[in-house]
Formats: sequence, structure tokens, C-alpha cells
Amino acid sequence: MKNKLNGQSVKNLIIRNAHIVDPANKIDEVMDLHVKSHRIVKWGKDLAAEDAEILDAKKLHLLPGLVDLHVHFREPGYEHKETIESGAQAAIAGGFVACVTMPNTKPACDNAQVVKYQMERANVLNFNIFPSGTLTQGREGKKISEMAEMKDAGAVAVTDDGGWVMDSGVARRAYEYAATYGLPIMSHAEDHSISVNGVMNEGIVSSQLGLRGAPNAAEDIATARDIELVRLIKCHLHFSHVSTRGAVEMIRRAKAEGLPITAEATPHHIALTDVEFVKYDTFYKMNPPLRNEKDREAILRGLEDGTIDAIATDHAPHALEEKDRDIEVAPFGTIGLESAFGVIMTELFHGRKWKLEDIVRKMSLTPAEIIKKSNFGRLKTGEQANFILVDTEKDWVFAEEHVHSRSFNSCFYGKRLKGKVLHTFVKGYQYAL
Amino acid sequence: MTGAEKQILDEGGIERVLARIAHEILERNQGTSNLALIGIRTRGVFLAERLQKKLFEIENKEVPVGILDITLYRDDLSEVGPKPEVHETNIPFDLKGKAVILVDDVLFTGRTIRAALDAVIDLGRPKVIRLAVLVDRGHRELPIKADYVGKNIPTSLQDRVTIHLKETDGVDEAVISGGSKV
Amino acid sequence: MTQTAKTQWTQKDLLGLRDLSVAEIELILDTAKSFSEVSQREVKKVPVLRGKTVVNLFLEPSTRTRVSFELAEKRLSADSIGMASGGSSMTKGESLWDTIANIEALKVDIIVMRHGSSGAPHRISNYTKCGVVNAGDGINEHPTQALLDMFTLREIKGKIKGLKVVFVGDILHSRVARSNIWGLTKLGAEVVICGPKTLIPWGIEELGVKVIHDVKKAIDGADAVTLLRIQMERQNETLFPSIREYASTYGMNTELFKYAKPDAILMHPGPVNRGVEIESALADSPQSYILKQVTNGIAVRMAVLYLLSGAMKNEK
Repeated sequence: MKNKLNGQSVKNLIIRNAHIVDPANKIDEVMDLHVKSHRIVKWGKDLAAEDAEILDAKKLHLLPGLVDLHVHFREPGYEHKETIESGAQAAIAGGFVACVTMPNTKPACDNAQVVKYQMERANVLNFNIFPSGTLTQGREGKKISEMAEMKDAGAVAVTDDGGWVMDSGVARRAYEYAATYGLPIMSHAEDHSISVNGVMNEGIVSSQLGLRGAPNAAEDIATARDIELVRLIKCHLHFSHVSTRGAVEMIRRAKAEGLPITAEATPHHIALTDVEFVKYDTFYKMNPPLRNEKDREAILRGLEDGTIDAIATDHAPHALEEKDRDIEVAPFGTIGLESAFGVIMTELFHGRKWKLEDIVRKMSLTPAEIIKKSNFGRLKTGEQANFILVDTEKDWVFAEEHVHSRSFNSCFYGKRLKGKVLHTFVKGYQYAL
Repeated sequence: MTGAEKQILDEGGIERVLARIAHEILERNQGTSNLALIGIRTRGVFLAERLQKKLFEIENKEVPVGILDITLYRDDLSEVGPKPEVHETNIPFDLKGKAVILVDDVLFTGRTIRAALDAVIDLGRPKVIRLAVLVDRGHRELPIKADYVGKNIPTSLQDRVTIHLKETDGVDEAVISGGSKV
Repeated sequence: MTQTAKTQWTQKDLLGLRDLSVAEIELILDTAKSFSEVSQREVKKVPVLRGKTVVNLFLEPSTRTRVSFELAEKRLSADSIGMASGGSSMTKGESLWDTIANIEALKVDIIVMRHGSSGAPHRISNYTKCGVVNAGDGINEHPTQALLDMFTLREIKGKIKGLKVVFVGDILHSRVARSNIWGLTKLGAEVVICGPKTLIPWGIEELGVKVIHDVKKAIDGADAVTLLRIQMERQNETLFPSIREYASTYGMNTELFKYAKPDAILMHPGPVNRGVEIESALADSPQSYILKQVTNGIAVRMAVLYLLSGAMKNEK
């Protein structure tokens, strides 16, 4: 059994000598930070406070808490895979302080009741959940869902996620309706009529392994259509988990035109390619699938030139007995919250010499901006403490013991990582990891 | 490996021994009628062919020769480890009613002959099966005895007795090498 | 006793030809040659696998392959039992792990496995000490079928290197073709694939084969032509317009077969759809080696089971 992470209520704490990196506040230096009664009081050099506990953070970095635009917490309906509680634990273990949950629950999150339920559960658990609602009722791609009420209840975006709206006429109306209420549309761009039998990326590896593939074209066609709808409607559309070089290029051009488009990529599409499939391990079966090296390089370039704004995990827990089924019927998805920071630090900070500030932008500041949550992605005096302390040099190997999700389907087991979250502060509670 | 080798039969010796065995076979079988030779792979096959030639020289009759691969009948197959190579068995005559002379180079534990007996019987029902070997070095582990022996050589268990034949090794000889090296 | 040290078989499983070296493939083919004699005896049995238990776990319908394996096992004196599943729970794979655990608890030595899901035997092999023989997995591989095809080719043509071997038909769904591609290219044959684009997997050229859509050009100068069955049961999407058009464009007949070499041989993994991929007269012609393939299948499977029986990790 996993150890439950227990948060300690922060009453009066000074974090000493942390290297704070907060691009929104243009901070990049060693300072102290004072938290009192769950809230950030101030930061600066040599802070003093009567009776405050001291946390020596020498050699550690203090960053705004990570924000994940794409998680599946499965509640209500699939509690055997994940609950909001276990999902929050996984998030905290990975340094995430806020998550946008996907609406493919059962029932689907297509009305204000489910949105409220999810937020209340998170509230009780002292975690920040910002639900996304569906674009269409029941994610059936037919009728527009009750977005106005969902927005009032707290939904931050709308999406049918895995059920991309195939009917362009319905999509047009749903996008227009979402735009009416300023809700970003999150698009899992996939033309299902093309990807229909695909178990993995269609390419040389799928031909070698005797598995049916889903070609890049499935994502590219859907991306192209959605870009045209944005051109028509001028709605804010956010491309979820971009995986193909074609999609990156189209998004780049659309953004250059000034269309209101944002995009994210996942740690697994950043770090891995379809060759991982060689052992027929269903833990590498995700949607969109791991693509080839050219696609991976395009994602990296897209991240670096600003085409891709954010990194999101697409944390998709599934029970082992579901993943153990035949490769053709096993569900798509990998968990990602616990490994994300380590993977990104390894691949981008150490591997491609990114600055820590860039990591904060992609994993915290920009995601918060996309869902218009200005209290996140930055330090803010008077607001609840939502930040993390990280060791950028810590070597570790990702293993089951690091998983706090209810499910274990990670594609990163055995991966050597450099960089780890040591403390997560969420809503004024401190979790030592 | 040639350090402590000692020759126990040379080319002439092998020749003489085979000639004697051929005569013994004919005497005991009273001619070549129903006679058949079966050589056990690898060197038994060549010895069988040589015996066939000798028999022809004496009787002017062609005695059929078969080739037997006993791998599939070995009693150590259930042990874990890579399996020995299997070669073809080729018995181009009906065994029924035949007087079969099994031919092998060295008789040692008797396990090869046990396997050969099973293999032959699976292939048909000869009238009799007799055994001819070039060298009997003792240390039997099964109640098996040769009917025709070229040469009896007392050995220690550690010794190695090797037959070299022109067909496989370019030279005809039997050598013994001491296994008990320090 | 002084056997020359050639390649030895050390693998626990036979999952596919993708994973085999040239020497290992040749070892199987050579061993099969020795075993082919056993099936010609009056007493078609050798005591090689005495005391070994083989389970034939067929989770997808099969007659030919299953019978061939069963005969091979019996001729090796193994105790063999069959487990088939028509039920939906196992074909969905839900209890496959439990099934394997149960089989292992019965102290079985080798599992011969047919499964509708690509990679299923590969996944299972990591979880069991038993040797696993892939008798066909999804659309991935069918190694013993390809080995018997290669065995037949070698028997008739005396070699494989340099031969032009053509596969016509549904390559996309053909584990037979895929295994043959791995094996034949390793042994130096020229492999040509022929069929409409819808039936050819993306990027198959990367595996070292040539794709020619025109059937006459494809079989021009061929030493061997293997026709693949149109697998009606796998067509859940439209990949060609009609059987009639398929038969008229890719169906093999005596006239068309003249484009191959005069001594070319015709093969088919069976079962044959007469009148679809092959004209009846051609199937029964002297150039057709379809039945020879069936006979050779037993020797090849005996060889595989024999070689595997030494590498099992079964502790006693």
C-alpha cells in the first residue's frame, strides 16, 4: 500500500535561502519566503519573524506550484481507476497544486452538478481542481452541453477530450457557444474514422510489430479543421497533447496569423517514441500514441519557439486488469503526475539546457494563464501558499514506490531522472516528499 | 590435448581388426544371408561401411548398410541445457527377419548401445541384433556386452579413448589420453 | 562424442522470426530435416519428449496448425492436451494471465499458443517459466508456418539465398507473410510483396522487401509464389471493393503463373479459397506444393519443440 501524504498546516514558517524562480514577478535569486496562516506574507532577503519555524532551503529552488491542464481523475464513475482524493495525492507527489480535470467521467461532466461535485470534493481535500465540462451532452458529439451553468459552477474550459467532435457542423456551434462565455475549448484533435483500428503510431515500428497503427493524419486533419473553425469563430482553442510534426507546424502558422490558439504537449511525447512498444507493453499504449523521432523533435522545437505553450501530463489512470487485456482492447493512457517534473527536468533542463524559468512558464505560469487563474503560476502575497521546493540536481529512478495514484500504469518505470520535487505547498499545507 | 596421448591401434591394426571381425561375423552368421550392418553415427557409420567392403571382398556379396542417429533415444535428454544436434537416420532396408550388426567405434558405458537398441526396434523387428565395436574400454553402466570386439583396452575412468578415421580425421588410429592430469 | 560446436539453441521461447539469428533459423531447418524421417516410419514416434507436457492453448479458431502441433507432440512422445476457447471472456484476454498461471501450476513444460492479439505470447513469455511457442498472434507472426515454408523452399530449391519469393494478397492481416519476410530476408532471399495498397502495411519496404502492385510484374521471374488467404473474418473495414474484383486482379491462375520461372513453386498457408486467390486447376497442378507444406509442418514443429525442450527454465 502507498503511504498517504499528509499535509501539515503551515502556521508560521520562514523558508530560508531558497533560490526563488518566478518569471511573473521577475524573481530569480536566493531569498527567504514567509508563510503565515497558510498565506504568503512576503519574500525578501534575511526575513525575520518572531516564533516562525525555519525551513533551511539552501541549494533548493522555490517555484510556483505546477498547474496541469489535462488530468483524468475518473470521479465520479470510475473510482477503481482513480478518485479525486488519490488523484490529488498523485498531483501533490508530483509538485502540482492545481489540475484541470477532463470530463469523461460517468456520468460525463456535462452539467453544473458534476462540476460542483468535483470542486467540492477537491475543496474538502485541500486541493485545487478546475474541472473542464463537455462540449456536447454525454460527449456524444450531438447536442451542445450546458456551458453557461457549468461556467458559473466553476468549469474553466470545455472539451469532449477523447471524443473529438467529428461532425464539423456541431463543432462549429459548440465552439461558438463556448466562445460566448469565454470558455477555452480544449481539443483532443483526432479524426476517429482514420485512427479507428490503431493501437499505436502507424509507421515502421507498427509494421515491424504487426500492430495496426493510427497515422499522424488522424491528428493533422483534425487540427486543420479546428484551426479553420478558429479562423471562422475567433474562439480561444487549446490543442491538448499535440503529438505530430504536422500539427506543430499548423499551429505555428496559425499563431503567426494571430489566431487565438494555445497548445500543450505531454512529458511522454517529449521523452519517448514509438520504439518503446517493442515489448508489446500496454503501459505505452496512449492516445495520441507515442510518435517517431521526427515528431518528438518537432514537439521540442515547438516548445522552444513558443508554438507549444504548456506541458500537461494527460494523467490517465487505468487499473492493472484493464491494462493487462489484449493490446488491441486495453485502454489508452499513462499516469504522469508523479513523474512529470523529473522527466521534464531531465529532458529539457538538463538535456536541452532550458532555464528553470522556462520550466516554470511551461508547467505553471502559462497553464494558469490559459485557464485565467491569476493566483496560480506565480507567488502572490496574501494568497494561499501554492509553491514547491525542488532539488534540480537530485538523481533518482522512477519506480512504483513514487506512485500515489490509485493506478500504476506509468510509462516511465526504470527511467533515470535528474531533478525532483521535495516539498509541495498546496493551499497552505506543506507536504514533505 | 595431445600431451599424454598413446596410440593403441595404428592404420594396419584397425585394418587387421576389421578383417578379423568380418570373418567372425561370417562364421557366426554362416554367410551373408539376412545380414545387415547399421552404423551408429558418426564413426560407426564409416566402420560399418568398411566392414561391408571386407565382407564383399570375402563373400562377393553386398550387405546393406544403414545409418543410425541415436540422439532422439539418449537417456539424458530430459536434462536442462541446449539439445544435442539431431542428424538423419537412414535405414534403406526392411529390418524384419534381419541379422543386424550394430557397429560403433568405442564401447564404454553402454548407454549409446541401449539407445541404439531402442531405436532399431522402433524401426522394425530384426531376428537378432549383435554388436561390433572397434574398442571395448570397459566401465559398463548397463548389462551390455559386445559380440565382436576389435581390441579390449583396460582404461581408468578419466582416460579418453578416441578413434580417428580417415573419413573424418584424415588418419586411422585409436589413441588413449590420460584424463588424470594434474 | 567430439561434435563440432555449432549454434546451440538457448532460447526458452519461439515467439517470432524477428528475434532469431540466421544461425538459429538454420539450426531449426537442419533439425527439421532430421525429424522429417520419423514421419515416414511405420512407428511414427520417438521418445524425445517423454515425460514432458505440452499444452496447446488455442484462443483463436484453428484446425490445421493445431492438428499439426498435436501430431508433432505425439510423435515426440510428449503428453499433450488441448485448451481451446470459444468463450468470449478468454478471447477478450481478460483472464489470460490467470489461465497461464493455472497452466503453470499444472507443471506444464511448453505452451503452444494461438492468440488473436498481436504480441500476446511475447507478453505471456515474461510471466511464465514454461517455454512458449507462438502458433500465430494477431496480425504479427506465425513463425512455425514461415519456417515450414522456408523448409519446403529449401527442400525443393536446395537453397534460399538469392531466390525470388513473392507474396500475393492480404499482407496487412497476414502473420504468415510477416514471419516469412523476417526469415527470408535474413536468409538472403529477394522478397516481393504484391497486393492493393489497402492490404499492405505502411512502410513495409523498411523491412527489406519490394512492393509491386502489378501482379504480372511482381511474379516475373519468381522462384516461388505464396498466395495469402483473403481473410474475410478480419474485414471490419472496406479494403477492396469485392471478391470478384479481387479475384480478377490478384487471383492466381495457370496463365498468370507462367510469368514466374518455369520451375517456380506455388505455396499457400491454407485454408485455400478456391476461385478467389487461386484457380482450382493451379492449386492441384504439379507446381503446387501446398500439401507438401502440410507434411513438412510436422517436422518443423517437432524440431522446434525438441530444441525448446532443453531451454526451459522449469525447476524441479
